[in-house]
Amino acid sequence: MTRRVLVIGYGNPGRLDDGLGPACADALREREIPGVTVDSDYQLTVEDSAAAAAHDTVVFVDAALDGPEPFAWSPTPAASVAGIGTHTLDPGAVIELAHSAFGAHPEGWMLAIRGYEFDEFGERLSPAAQKNLDAALEFLDSWLRAEVARAPGATPPEGGKDRKETR
Amino acid sequence: MSTSIRTQTIVIEPVTRVEGHGKVTIQVDEQRRVRQARLHIVEFRGFERFIQGRPFWEVPVLVQRLCGICPVSHHLAAAKAMDLIVGAPHLTPTAEKMRRLMHYGQMLQSHALHFFHLCSPDFLFGFDADPAVRNIIGVAKRFPELAVQGVMLRKYGQEVIKATAGKKIHGTGAIPGGVNKNLSIAERDALLKDLDQIMTWSEGALALARDITLKHLDELAGFGSFESNHLSLVRGDGAMDFYHGNLCAIDAKGRPIFDQVDYQRYLDYIAEEVRPWSYMKFPFIRSLGPETGWYRVGPLARVNLCRFIPTPNAETARKEFFEATGGRPNNMTMAYHWARMIELLHAAEVIRDLLHDPDLQGTDLVVRGERRAEAVGLIEAPRGTLVHHYVVNERDQVVRCNLIVSTTNNNTPMNRAVERVAEQYLNGVEITEGLLNRIEVAIRAYDPCLSCATHALGQMPLIVEIVGPDGAVLARRTRDA
Repeated sequence: MTRRVLVIGYGNPGRLDDGLGPACADALREREIPGVTVDSDYQLTVEDSAAAAAHDTVVFVDAALDGPEPFAWSPTPAASVAGIGTHTLDPGAVIELAHSAFGAHPEGWMLAIRGYEFDEFGERLSPAAQKNLDAALEFLDSWLRAEVARAPGATPPEGGKDRKETR
Repeated sequence: MSTSIRTQTIVIEPVTRVEGHGKVTIQVDEQRRVRQARLHIVEFRGFERFIQGRPFWEVPVLVQRLCGICPVSHHLAAAKAMDLIVGAPHLTPTAEKMRRLMHYGQMLQSHALHFFHLCSPDFLFGFDADPAVRNIIGVAKRFPELAVQGVMLRKYGQEVIKATAGKKIHGTGAIPGGVNKNLSIAERDALLKDLDQIMTWSEGALALARDITLKHLDELAGFGSFESNHLSLVRGDGAMDFYHGNLCAIDAKGRPIFDQVDYQRYLDYIAEEVRPWSYMKFPFIRSLGPETGWYRVGPLARVNLCRFIPTPNAETARKEFFEATGGRPNNMTMAYHWARMIELLHAAEVIRDLLHDPDLQGTDLVVRGERRAEAVGLIEAPRGTLVHHYVVNERDQVVRCNLIVSTTNNNTPMNRAVERVAEQYLNGVEITEGLLNRIEVAIRAYDPCLSCATHALGQMPLIVEIVGPDGAVLARRTRDA
């Protein structure tokens, strides 16, 4: 039995490198990896918890304002929410809500691809961000194929020695 | 002889890297009395410049880049303007009903998100509850059924949008002069499958908002409240209509300021004031001037302004809403939530009716007419009246663009709400947890969209500062993100 894996790439493709998440999702969708469902949206919101609850593993792909290049890979534990009035959720809150509201326990992972240009309107990635995306895709492709085949109780695939923890 | 009053300033600043940026400053005098409160919202600017030179037919898609929270509102407001540019003031029945379905789907999902995600924690746990608990996760742990309802209502609205706009990101459903798809039988049946459940949950959400408001009316009636004018789009016969109609405005007592005005002439009735301390403009009704001409928009204004709601259950709820104020307009800030849930139910009823309408499977999708150079698209977005105004040259390029978004229309009311809360709950210059919570609650009632549609990792905590008359920071408080 294969693991059910969901990838959510999120961000605004109209804001330059903020579109790294959806761009990654689009590229991944074309690869048609068996057992992997790919979704994309502007932001994470509460209904993503329902989708997360229907999967064993959820990979969140987002642009990173700073941090390691070309990308950071880290587990996403369940976490609570904070903030004065945001309509969006953090990945950890999606995992927590999948548990609290739907009684599911998906494993969460965060792929934070380093971006550089965010403060303009425009539907393109900066050259450096594109390079980081290419590297992230190669990593994610092999990781997902291993994850789908992971046996119950086995440890997740290696994240790679160069993958630093995100903040 | 003149006397100068020395004042101190209290600053409450939720700093986020790029997800929008709101800051509250409360100015007090030496006797610690509140003199003024200001809500600063930093909008991402430059969109008007970005859109210049772009072909007009791209605009309904491009404008969705403005906001990741309510892209459908911008999509439809721009499309309505571009309908006029291509000479199509009247769409085919299929096109208009597809757009209405999209819009009411958005209203459903947005109102559900706001009520269950942002409002219900305040209502269910109380304003003084620990913020670590007073959130959607806290609701999910304590009231899991309610959390599931909120998530699924939101999800349903998103599915309506996907079926009508084509996709979640940069939907293309509305095009100048019509739409590019109808609703297939399979899409219709998929949406009909869950409809009964959606209706039941919508009724339940309305009952919850109404019952809590009425139960705590003594506390909520004065909370951040004040009398104001109200403005919204209303159908020609006085019915509530989120998609199309004419501009109407009433004062706090319900007396008309203007009635059934063609929104192509909105600039004859509405002006915007610039104030040096804020990036956001302050709209006001011209005939009244900036001091008294400011107004509320959104659910409270819409329910106050319409003469009836054209779906039965929501109309019953509207009458009940007016009974609470003896038939007069409701000026309670916290009544926004009750009004919002009346609209949620209305949206569900409209979606139900539309899904049973065979026009949605029609194939006549686009009309064209005599080309013109300038047009206004106006729509009632979830948070209130949204204006898109474009001028297009003979080469089909946009040469001028003016937007007034809902949160801008509610700019002065949000400032007033914060000021009222500060007057009621500020004691000395200490920013207590209770004060901070209540300021959040008052701002949230208006459901301001603080997002500027880009959100990458890097959120920072909520920071609170007290600044003295000489600019020195007297106290600082941080709420961890």
